Amino acid sequence: MAGPINWLLQIVSIARFGLLSIPRRRGAVVATVFGIAGVVTVLVGVLSIAAGFERAMAVSGSPDTAIVLRSGADSEMVSGLGRDETRVIADSPGVAHSAEGPLSSAELFVIIDIPKRSSGSDANVPLRGVERAAFQVHDNFKIIRGRMFDWGKDEVVVGTGAAEEFDGLEVGSTIKVGRAQWPVVGIFTANGGVAESEIWTGATVLQETYHRGDSFQSVQAKLISPGAYEQFRDALTSNPQLNVKVQRQTDYYFERSETMSRLITTLGFLIAFLMAIGAVFGALNTMYSSVSTRTREIGTLRALGFGAGAVVVALMIESLVLALIGGVLGGSVAYFAFNGFHTSTMNFQSFSQVAFAFRVTPQLLLRGIIWAAAIGLIGGLLPAIRAARLPIATALREL
Amino acid sequence: MKFAHLIWCNLKRKKLRTFLTLLSILVAFVLFGMLMAIKQALSGGVQLAGADRLMVRDKVSIIQFLPVSYKARMERIPGVALATHQTWFGGVYQDPKNFFMQNPVIPGEFLEMHPEFILPPEQKKAWLQTRTGAIVGRKTADRFHWKIGGKVPIKSAIFPKDGGDGVWVFDIVGIFEGREKGTDTTPMFFRYDYFDEARSSWAKGQVGWYTIRVQDPAKAAEIAKRVDQEFANSSSETKTEPEGAFLQGWASQICNITLIVSSILGAVFFTMLLVSGNTMSQSVRERTGELGVQKAIGFTNAQIVSLVLAESCLLTTLGAVLGLGLAWMLTSRGDPTGGLLPLFYLPVPDLFIGLGISLVLGVATGFFPALGAMRLRVADALRRM
Amino acid sequence: MSESQTTDGALVRVERVEKVFHRGSEDIHVLSDLSLEVPAREFLALMGPSGSGKSTLLNLIGGLDRPTKGTVTVGGERVDELSDRELAHWRARHVGFIFQLYNLMPVLNAEQNVELPLLLTHLSKAERREHVRAALDVVGLSNRAKHFPRTLSGGEQQRVGIARGIVTDPTILLCDEPTGDLDRKAGDGILDLLQALNREHGKTIIMVTHDPHASKRAARTVYLDKGQLGNEPLQ
Repeated sequence: MAGPINWLLQIVSIARFGLLSIPRRRGAVVATVFGIAGVVTVLVGVLSIAAGFERAMAVSGSPDTAIVLRSGADSEMVSGLGRDETRVIADSPGVAHSAEGPLSSAELFVIIDIPKRSSGSDANVPLRGVERAAFQVHDNFKIIRGRMFDWGKDEVVVGTGAAEEFDGLEVGSTIKVGRAQWPVVGIFTANGGVAESEIWTGATVLQETYHRGDSFQSVQAKLISPGAYEQFRDALTSNPQLNVKVQRQTDYYFERSETMSRLITTLGFLIAFLMAIGAVFGALNTMYSSVSTRTREIGTLRALGFGAGAVVVALMIESLVLALIGGVLGGSVAYFAFNGFHTSTMNFQSFSQVAFAFRVTPQLLLRGIIWAAAIGLIGGLLPAIRAARLPIATALREL
Repeated sequence: MKFAHLIWCNLKRKKLRTFLTLLSILVAFVLFGMLMAIKQALSGGVQLAGADRLMVRDKVSIIQFLPVSYKARMERIPGVALATHQTWFGGVYQDPKNFFMQNPVIPGEFLEMHPEFILPPEQKKAWLQTRTGAIVGRKTADRFHWKIGGKVPIKSAIFPKDGGDGVWVFDIVGIFEGREKGTDTTPMFFRYDYFDEARSSWAKGQVGWYTIRVQDPAKAAEIAKRVDQEFANSSSETKTEPEGAFLQGWASQICNITLIVSSILGAVFFTMLLVSGNTMSQSVRERTGELGVQKAIGFTNAQIVSLVLAESCLLTTLGAVLGLGLAWMLTSRGDPTGGLLPLFYLPVPDLFIGLGISLVLGVATGFFPALGAMRLRVADALRRM
Repeated sequence: MSESQTTDGALVRVERVEKVFHRGSEDIHVLSDLSLEVPAREFLALMGPSGSGKSTLLNLIGGLDRPTKGTVTVGGERVDELSDRELAHWRARHVGFIFQLYNLMPVLNAEQNVELPLLLTHLSKAERREHVRAALDVVGLSNRAKHFPRTLSGGEQQRVGIARGIVTDPTILLCDEPTGDLDRKAGDGILDLLQALNREHGKTIIMVTHDPHASKRAARTVYLDKGQLGNEPLQ
């Protein structure tokens, strides 16, 4: 009499026999597990690049900070603002104030060449000149080694990401700025954001060295609250003295990274997709051979009265379990190999390096395991059906 | 070869298994082809760099300008055949997403410096005669459906046009093709004189970088040094390097694509080795009795090993040929990222590398099964059957 | 190399042969101090119970194995002294094997199976085809040349096996229980064929069997028991 409990018991028995027969078909089992593990490792690894890059851009901005560029400029690089304009912007409604004055930092930057540690060849690193209010505007800024640079002196501090990626950026070393050597006096963090890929100094000394007169490239201003943004923006865009473009800092960085993120994600998925297809064929292959090794056993079970449906379910469960083991294995390897791996790349849109770390997030691991499960199910389905449909007499005659 | 049909028939032994293994191998090689194309797209310009060209930029920072007066000084340096300049215009055509490079150049010199851009003579003549004229590469022309005689408005944030609404309008007088498959035909080039006259006064007389052609490519490094020495004490110091070195540096800034690609392929081929190795092992194990018979009949160990290896190599090579063929077809459809990798194609040498890899894979796959077949003792094998 | 005889006319001479197998820490003496002579053109049957070593003896004569002690000479050649590679070449040229379970390759059809030993020679494709045709004629299966083993009956498969065994015109034919897996009628057909090969074509045949009915077809029968040879069956 076949009831649901009986059916479940059948499935468990068949699955148990399957487990016991694993030593006999070691080769196929190993191939299945490691094959799927390999796919998941590559999938998670490649997508962790995109995740890391996006994070670096995402934590770079706060919603209560605004960035102002010249109208028509889509990045700081091509923007230009005069000192008068920066004063007007600083005095606009919506800007937060401290005892010293408005929390607004007019900034400019140049690109300097510093060799990348990994390749030994030169890379473009941004050198940013800031005003005193900068450290309240970029309020996740923190010196972790050395000290802050002195205003008016030819000194720099280096972001921790830049220090890791590029050669010769330790406290006490010097870098070539213009024709002179400026000392590195401190290392700073900025909560993992883009600022950590930069080198900072005072705006005035940078203007002098690069003959920028009294011009800047952007104004970064801290607002009273995220809600004050509209007020600030409207005041600036309606002011006839100004010709500017205003954005929340978060939106600005998001747009800045769009191209690169899109590139990495598209390529990542392309590669992962192809690997998954290959893995399905591989899984089908190894599952077919796993099942064919046990043809006589399965035939015997069915001759004894075990149902064909139970056989199919048990075999699919087995395939699923092997695939999940492979998925967990692959995910773990990806995590230990890639998570936190530091690297940097060039952001096309800003022409300069962005240092970031690969990020193996829980969502990514979960996604990897789901892919593994899908591969296991698809790979196990057809062989399972074939095993269940083979005429029992034929199965019993197999060697 | 008289053993060919024997090898082929052994592969047909379990058709489904062979077919699935073949498909796995096929997909692995499609991936190989795609990765080679991606690698080429991100770092390939280097091979096409002119061996007789040097890049000269501001030593302090790549975004600084150089005076246009440097041109004459450069051409006086012994070993320099020609010096011409370009400038990063940074313009936008309708939408920032429609990115392509537009640079002002000196038309005659530019074409002479870059023979890889092929422009019909009548179009060159038109360009020399039209101040607002611009030539554009085939890829970009096709992308926006531009024709000769059309007008193209570009807005530059760095160099707004003096007067009017700041928008520059160019007349398309020529469409150029690339000499090689990998030549970049996305940029647009317009005339420096138009550019210099109509841009704001603060920027006049400044250019982005210089390209120098040397008379003797063997002396390129030496002449590079001479150029930098010439300007060592001037207002803007220079950094001069061969074009290939510059592009290499640029490519390595993006990422170490070779390392990434090699790692992925390593993982992929390792996985594949497991799968097809398993297939071959099983296949050989099933044939124990037959192998015993073959040995009894008089096949030597060497012959048995060769037959097994030939079988595994045939399998991997067939999969590789099909996979590379499919990769070729897919990559010839061009950039899969919608504009971010304009130079997207699969280089022919990589196809041969792929075939080489498939042979190595075939030997690796068949190695242990072949060893097992060789070690088989005839008497045991026959008894087992 | 032709069917040269030893000085006293024996084609096969096995002298004081011993064969010991090592299983783990145990030594199993399968053959001890065994001598046998087989003249050319003889049809010899080797009988004995299971485990008596008949197949082992056959393997030694056929160059599939080497004796622990003693010598094996076939057609004047000291088979026990040849290297593995030399043995392979020697077997290809001098020995035809016929097995109990036909041992045909399922992926090849009848004539391709028969052709297999010829692939080891330097004959051209046309010459090979000739030999195969001739061999299939002798066993009466010319009309089934293109069939695959799975579409042939047991008796037909064994005939293909015999055709393969004679296609290189070997010095001796070694048969290991050739009728063991066949019914009486098919088995008789095979034995008829073997007898014809011996009488009409002058083939030297050594046949291992445990079936007295089959051994009656041979000219001489020797009995093997516990590694010792005798001319009478032991009770």
